[in-house]
Amino acid sequence: MIELQNISKTFKVAKRNAGMKQAVRALVKKEYTYIEALRQVSFSIAEGEMVGYIGPNGAGKSSTIKIMSGILTPDSGECRINGLVPWKNRKEHVKNIGVVFGQRSQLWWDVPVIDSFELLRDIYKIPPQTYNRNVGELIALLDLSEIVRTPARQLSLGQRMRCEIAASLLHDPKILFLDEPTIGLDAVSKIAVREFIRRINREKQTTVILTTHDMQDIEALTNRILLIGKGQILLDGTLEELKKRGAKTKTLTLEYQNGVLPVLDGLFVVGEMPGRAVLELDSSRLSVSQAIGALSESVEIKDLSVSGSATEDVVVSLYEEFAI
Amino acid sequence: MTKYLSLFKIRFLTGLQYRAAALAGLATQFAWGGFYILFYKALNEANPAALPMEMGQLASYVWLNQAFIMMYATWFWDKEIADAISSGSVAYELTRPTDVYAMWFFKDMGNRTSRAMLRAWPILLFAVLLPAPYGFSAPDDWRIVPAFLISMLLAFVITVSFSMLMYVSTFYTVSPLGVRVFLTAASEFLAGQLIPLPFFPQAWQKAVALLPFASMNNAPFRIYSGHIAGRELWLTLALQCFWAVAMIALGRAMMGRATRKLIIQGG
Repeated sequence: MIELQNISKTFKVAKRNAGMKQAVRALVKKEYTYIEALRQVSFSIAEGEMVGYIGPNGAGKSSTIKIMSGILTPDSGECRINGLVPWKNRKEHVKNIGVVFGQRSQLWWDVPVIDSFELLRDIYKIPPQTYNRNVGELIALLDLSEIVRTPARQLSLGQRMRCEIAASLLHDPKILFLDEPTIGLDAVSKIAVREFIRRINREKQTTVILTTHDMQDIEALTNRILLIGKGQILLDGTLEELKKRGAKTKTLTLEYQNGVLPVLDGLFVVGEMPGRAVLELDSSRLSVSQAIGALSESVEIKDLSVSGSATEDVVVSLYEEFAI
Repeated sequence: MTKYLSLFKIRFLTGLQYRAAALAGLATQFAWGGFYILFYKALNEANPAALPMEMGQLASYVWLNQAFIMMYATWFWDKEIADAISSGSVAYELTRPTDVYAMWFFKDMGNRTSRAMLRAWPILLFAVLLPAPYGFSAPDDWRIVPAFLISMLLAFVITVSFSMLMYVSTFYTVSPLGVRVFLTAASEFLAGQLIPLPFFPQAWQKAVALLPFASMNNAPFRIYSGHIAGRELWLTLALQCFWAVAMIALGRAMMGRATRKLIIQGG
């Protein structure tokens, strides 16, 4: 469905040192540096997949999304989506995709949201029955009935984002690109948005490609993760594989009374209060059962929980591992 | 086509919201119109032979110019389009299965039409009530009305396609201000929006008449007042057709080149 092969893109960036003298010099002679935003990026995504595309700022996530949505022309490499080359068959290609750029808006600022929807209906030439069905569904699922008659400029960010997502799905796209869809949203809106994305992926088999910095998005939504850094794909695998690779530590949260915590090789105290301790376990040196055994001998355990490391930490450790 | 008409409609409806701006605009246009009329009246009384147009023709020209200023003003600029380019939200427009040039063209048309509609009627009504030869008068010959309307439309298309060139230049320069200040000053003058083109020195007139600017408001307004007639009328319409096609072709070519090389910066 989506095929990228050896996609590369270089940007030219103007540069100068600080100061008046340098600014005047730049008037005459501009200096540029070239930044390789994407280097030989290749991957393929099958129909109905839900893929999380992660990486630090400036890694090349948005550039990849822009190439896949036909906005940006790469310097070299091949990309085929449903048999079409996005930047060559732009108009044909974009009929099948929906795009949400979390930091921009596709709604007309001064008119009620429903007017924007109707304009999109005309732009995509959506047949009336399909449009009515989709609008009805989206309004119900995203809880928009109270807000579609309000001009977009008067909506809160969470309300607007729900409308943005609805706007991107009116024409039944086969692929949905979400570029930071939960940026700036509160917990309730985030959960609503995630729930909805999961639902359309499951029910309509929409292929979803999601970039985010929010690891909870990734955990809630995607099975497969692509990690990009410095313009290269570094990892392509499931969340579990990523976690295994990223973290060899587990966290033990312990509530206890009577006794003193034992000193063990591979078990470190990272937080301690009277009667409560947070311990980090290096599972390559000490197994969980050994640790619990030793703990129960030294103190009286009231409560104990063991957790793998959070995705957040995994990602940080991966960024460190790859030095990106 | 439906989609472009819808774009026209949504921009038209949005434009109608700016009632305060229209009121302020009306006051400005009345003031300018009155000022021009007094100015030409003074000229006329000092030396009627020096005027290249009759006073009645001039008055109609002045009032048409004020009434339809939003349709033909090259300085009037759809901020939404310019902002879309410099802020990068043009990214969204590129993800639509439409021709971006046509999309903006219709948006700009909708925007201009709505604003002109709010201003044109009060001004023309007011000008009709003024005593001759200082008011807006009916054409001498009703048969020129179709030619006038066609010429209005062509002039409108040329003005919008000229604005499109300025929007597209935003792709190349980031800030459109410099290009805009220079081009609007030049075009306002050469289109006869400050003083009608017949007031220009003879030698200039021939050259200026061939420029695209003379095919804007100058053509229909002088057709209306009967100042362009007969063979000259047909030549004027033909020239307008030429410029409409040429300006659109140029704008499209520039836009195609810009979007192929386009880089939307930032996340």
